[in-house]
Order: sequence, then C-alpha cells, then structure tokens
Amino acid sequence: MSKEGDKRREGGSMVLKMLTGSQAVAWAARLARVDYVPAYPITPQTEIIEILSDWIRKGEMDARFVQMESEHSLLTAAGTAAATGARVFTATSSQGLLYGFEMLYCIAGWRAPLVLVNVARALAAPITLEPDHNDVLAARDSGFLQFHAENAQEALDFVLLAYRVAEDHRVLLPAIVNIDGFHLSFTRERVELPEQSAVDEFLPEYVPVHPIKASEPVAKGIPVLIPPLYSFFKYQMHMASRNALGVFREAARAFERMFSRAYGPVEEYMLDDADTVIVMSNSFASIGKQAVKALRDEGNKVGLLKIRLFRPFPTDEIVRALRGKRCVVVIDQNISVGRGGIICPEVAEALYHLEDRPKVILPVIAGLGGKAISLEEFRHSVRVAERLASLRAGPDRPLLLFREDEEMLVESLLKTASGG
Amino acid sequence: MSITKYRTLKDVPREEFLAPGTSLCAGCGALLVMRLFHKALGGDVVWVNAAGCITLMATFPYTPLKSSWFYTAMASAPAGAQGIRDALDILIRKGKLDPSENLKVAVVTGDGAASDIGLQSTSGAIHRGLDFFYLCVDNEAYGNTGFQASSLSPMGSETATTKPTHLFPAGNPLPKKDLFEIWRSHRPPYVATISPSHAVDLLRKVEKALTLKGPRLFLALCPCPTGWGIEPSESVKLARLAVETGIWPLKEAIYGEVSHTHVPSKRKPVEEYLKAQRRFAHLFRPVKNEEVIAEIQKQVDDYWSKVER
Ligand code: SF4
Repeated sequence: MSKEGDKRREGGSMVLKMLTGSQAVAWAARLARVDYVPAYPITPQTEIIEILSDWIRKGEMDARFVQMESEHSLLTAAGTAAATGARVFTATSSQGLLYGFEMLYCIAGWRAPLVLVNVARALAAPITLEPDHNDVLAARDSGFLQFHAENAQEALDFVLLAYRVAEDHRVLLPAIVNIDGFHLSFTRERVELPEQSAVDEFLPEYVPVHPIKASEPVAKGIPVLIPPLYSFFKYQMHMASRNALGVFREAARAFERMFSRAYGPVEEYMLDDADTVIVMSNSFASIGKQAVKALRDEGNKVGLLKIRLFRPFPTDEIVRALRGKRCVVVIDQNISVGRGGIICPEVAEALYHLEDRPKVILPVIAGLGGKAISLEEFRHSVRVAERLASLRAGPDRPLLLFREDEEMLVESLLKTASGG
Repeated sequence: MSITKYRTLKDVPREEFLAPGTSLCAGCGALLVMRLFHKALGGDVVWVNAAGCITLMATFPYTPLKSSWFYTAMASAPAGAQGIRDALDILIRKGKLDPSENLKVAVVTGDGAASDIGLQSTSGAIHRGLDFFYLCVDNEAYGNTGFQASSLSPMGSETATTKPTHLFPAGNPLPKKDLFEIWRSHRPPYVATISPSHAVDLLRKVEKALTLKGPRLFLALCPCPTGWGIEPSESVKLARLAVETGIWPLKEAIYGEVSHTHVPSKRKPVEEYLKAQRRFAHLFRPVKNEEVIAEIQKQVDDYWSKVER
C-alpha cells in the first residue's frame, strides 16, 4: 500500500489513501471485523485474498483464513459459517462464481447474510480476462442482494453497507458487491478510509438467527416436499429482498451522517433537464459520465442514470428518474444470447404502465469482454434513440456496438488464425 | 486397543439420538449404522449431509434427530463441515460463543457423494486436517434416485444403469473404487471400515476415533433391501455375510497404519453372499456365470492373501 498517498484529514475522522479497488474491498472487510475468509484464487480476484491472508497471518486482522479447493466448496463453507454465526467475507470472479453457482441459491435460502465481492470478468468461452457483467447478472435470481460499484470509494462503502443491510433481521440475505476486473480492481484511486471506531458504530456485531450451537439443536437446509411450503419460503425471501430497499435507504442515511457520503439505490447524473438518459452500471459509468459532458457541450440534453443497487431492483427510483423523458438508452454490458441485454427489459417493465413513459427505450449491447466504449458510440446510440423517437418507431433489435476500426482488427486476426 | 467400554452387545449405549419413524425404507442398513454410530459418538453433534437417502431423514417440519442437522449440497458436505467447524472455533476464541456450546462436526453421506461428486471436497477437507468425522453409508449405488451405479458399485452387480444384457452379461463391468485407500493415502489420523453386523467393532472404532483429532473417516457397508433385492429382515444377515466371505474386511488405519480388526478364520465362498441378493441374480440364472463369480472370488482371495502373509 502506498504510504505517500496517505493523508490524514483534519479532525482525524478518516484517512485518505491511494487504493486499488481490490485494496479498498480488503480494507472494508478488515474494518467490518469479519471473522472468516474462505478463499480460492482466480484472476482478477487474487489481490483481495492475498491482502487478507497477509493481514490475518501477521495478526493485523483477527479472523481465520482458509484456502479451499474450489469455489463450490468455498461458497459452501462461507454459507455454513455464516449460518453458524460468523461474519463471513469472500471474493471470487467469473468462472469461479459459476463453478459455485449452485451454492448461491443455497446460501440465500439458508438466509446466511455473508458478503461476496465479485470481480467482474467476462465468461468463457471464449475465455478472457477483461470484464463484463454476465457473471454477476447470472446470479440475479439467486436471492443475493447486488451492489454495483463504479469506483474504489463505492467499493469500500458498499461492502460496509452490504453487511449492514444483509444482516438486518428484516432482510437476512447474502450480498454481492460487484467491482469490475482491472478497470476498478487494479486501478489506484484516492479513497477515504473510515476510522475503525466509526465503522464499529455504523456496523454493530452480527446477531445471527438460529445459529448452530449445542444448547439449541437446529435442522437447516432440510427438504420441503410440500409445494405450498416451497412457494412460501421463496415468497418470504422475495419480501425480505424488497424490505432491503427500505433498510438500504435507512442504512444510507446513517452512513451519510457518519461519513458524509450519500448513496441512493441509483445515481442521477445531469438528469434534471435531460431529454435522453443513458442507463449504465459499474465502472464504465465513469466513461458514460464523460460522454454525457461531451455530448452536452455539443448541445445535446443528455443525462445518465447509474444503477447502484441491482437487487432488490429499485423500481421506484428508476421510475422517478426516467418518467417523462423522451428517450432512454440502456447500455447493457452483458448479453443474453438470443435475446439481448439483461437490464433493459427490467427497466422497460418498470416504465411500461406509466402514461408519461419514454417514447423510446433503446437496448444497446456494449463493453463485452472489456471492449471500450468510445464517445462516437455514445453519440451514435443517443442519435439512434432520438431518430426513432421522431419517427414514432421502436427499436426492432438491440444495437450491438462495434466500430469500424475494431472490425478491421478482427478481420486481420481472423486472417492470421486461418493461416492467411 | 487398550481399554474399551464396549465388550458385548449388552454394552451398546441405551441413549437414543435418532427417533423411529423416518421415511427411509424398512430394514435400511444405513439407518442402522447411523443409529449405532450416533450412540457411540454421543450428543452435541452437528451432522452435515449431502444429497442421498439419508437426506430424507429430516423433512420439514420434522427431524428424527436430537442433534443438529445441516443439509448442504451433493458435492460439498465436507466443505460445509469446514465452515461450521471454523465458525465455532473462531466464535469461541473471540468470546462470542460459550465453550459449552461447542459441537462435534460429523459428515454423513452416501457412497455416490463420497466417491464421485464429493471426492474433491473430501480430499480438500482431509488435506486441511479438518477436525471432523465422516461417515459414508455405502449401499453401493445411488439409492435415493432409484439405484443407479456409483463408483462404489461392485463389479458384477445389477443397478438401474448397469442392467445385465447380452452385451453386458455381468451387469456392472467396473470395479468398486477403493475409497478406504483413497482416504488413507491422505494419512488422516483415523480411517475405518464398519458394518452394522459387527456393532461392538463399530462402537470401539468410534470410541477410538473420539480420542483423536483431525479427520476421522468411516466407511460402512449398508445393505439396502430395496436396491439389493433382499428382505428388510435380512440386512444384518447380509452385512455379516459380507464380512464372513471376506468381501467387506473390517479394518482401521491410524495415521495410515492398517490393521484388521476382524479376520474371518475360514472365509465363506462369495457365492453365498451373491446368491442371496437379486442384484446378482443374473450371475446364476438362466445360466451360471462361473467366470464372473470366480473373478469376484479371486479378488477377495488375492486381498486376503496379502493380509494373511
Ligand atoms: S434405498 Fe436403500 S439405502 Fe436408501 S433408504 Fe432405502 S434401503 Fe436405505
């Protein structure tokens, strides 16, 4: 960790540090005083678990680190430990998340409120290292709460918020905090590191419900073979997740009082007078914001809506931000092959029944496998949406962004691959 | 073995940890083993389970157990045990949990979970020296799903996926994996085979394991009336025949050192064991498959010739 970047703010309420996204979430786990860190390495998550294992081995963090033999086992151990009453932190990525996928549903069903950082990385095949969100969004139906971070500060803060919301007895669901691989995980930024005492106040000790102990035997995870019972428990989870919206707002207010940073489930960027709104999430939203500024300089009334809390889905905030706008451009950094983006239909459904719903909701696929999104592509997407609106037409398919120079590059590589 | 509380069947502890009336089949060998095993293990246990027949012991809102139970997933009960063991240890060390709340952590799975889908997770847990018990109730197939072959199904047996046909007259052509040796190769403190027919041997082994720390693993041959094609009343008899024919050696390995806890003085022919079960009926009718029966006998003889030497 860079010492030069550290600066103590006047009043000593926190420390400024230069941290990567990975270091920021490791600090959050440390500040949350987690008890248990089961781990299994995968690029680009490794920096997180290396830091935590180091701190624990040096006695700087009072927790147990155990290296498991797979993500499936790691998630199993994480879930049973949380159900036993420990505060659990872990991290994985991409293939790892999918390898342990079965356990995501189990952990959520056990109502074991651990926090898992997913370092987003596109899924094989073809295998690659750069990010998109098909990994984290595959988990959207599991019951995990999902926080999507744009920068290192959000990454740190969201881990703390995630524990507070997840462990709340009105919620009791696990949470994923998503940070994009490389773009966020390995990028060094200035981060305000909260004081331990303040975090202790914000995040009291985890009080488990029906933990595993000798005096009160329990049976956990057992089959329910009567269909109404199954439905009942799933509805319960759903309602707990919807409760998390209110609990999040409460927690965010407490967080703001304590740390002077305000977080809503969505972030509105230059929305007030916007005709067209770009919807994005995660680290590429920073590029989106730059594009919005540039497009505004060119005279376009454009804004950006960033989704921070993806599960539970913040329908009310999305409706509030987008109703009455002329066009919405949803940039999905993922692809549901054979359909389109994953987030766009959720946004469209939220708006469908409004009288003043936008004229056009344009689905755009971009940034797959970490492909950059240039200003021209933002400009093009906005233009397509606005043209459709003036023609009173709707899009008949998602816009798949791909630039001419990229096409040329791919063509030359295809030629090489075929020996040409 | 020096001092033991268990000398005869009269010494089987009276205390029951498993209430009657589960949804398992009548005469289920796995249930017999589980009941005896628990008696020897005593109270204050959390069982960690992977999918199998035993999973149906506890179905909402009932559990027959006085102890705690955690159904995890088919592939990862040992990892589930890791999480519970670690959590209890940390919480006790940090003073968040009273030491009197501590529990023994015991995994119970069938042979499919143990030898196929959960082998990786078992290997990981043993390698990490996890302080736990593992009881594998081996009925030699995936019983809960209708008796399909597992890698612990014996050569020559009929299962739902190894039906004898004119192309495969022997039924299952593959050998039974040697899970005892796979476990032992990790050099855990304790590995043993047990049988519901040899209750005193079983109790003594658990008693010994209780004095050790780390992975303590038990492989129990569990006759399965439904899958083996025997009467529910014959389970213990078949388990005994498996021991007396030498098919199921009773042994233990302490830190890898193997010793046999029961050496049958004169081994019965394997035919006696095979003949008594419907899953081997094709070896006898319509024509006797001398070759396969002889091969099974030879494997048993070879095994014991190395022991007796
Ligand atoms: S199928 Fe076999 S092992 Fe399973 S419950 Fe029935 S008798 Fe027991």
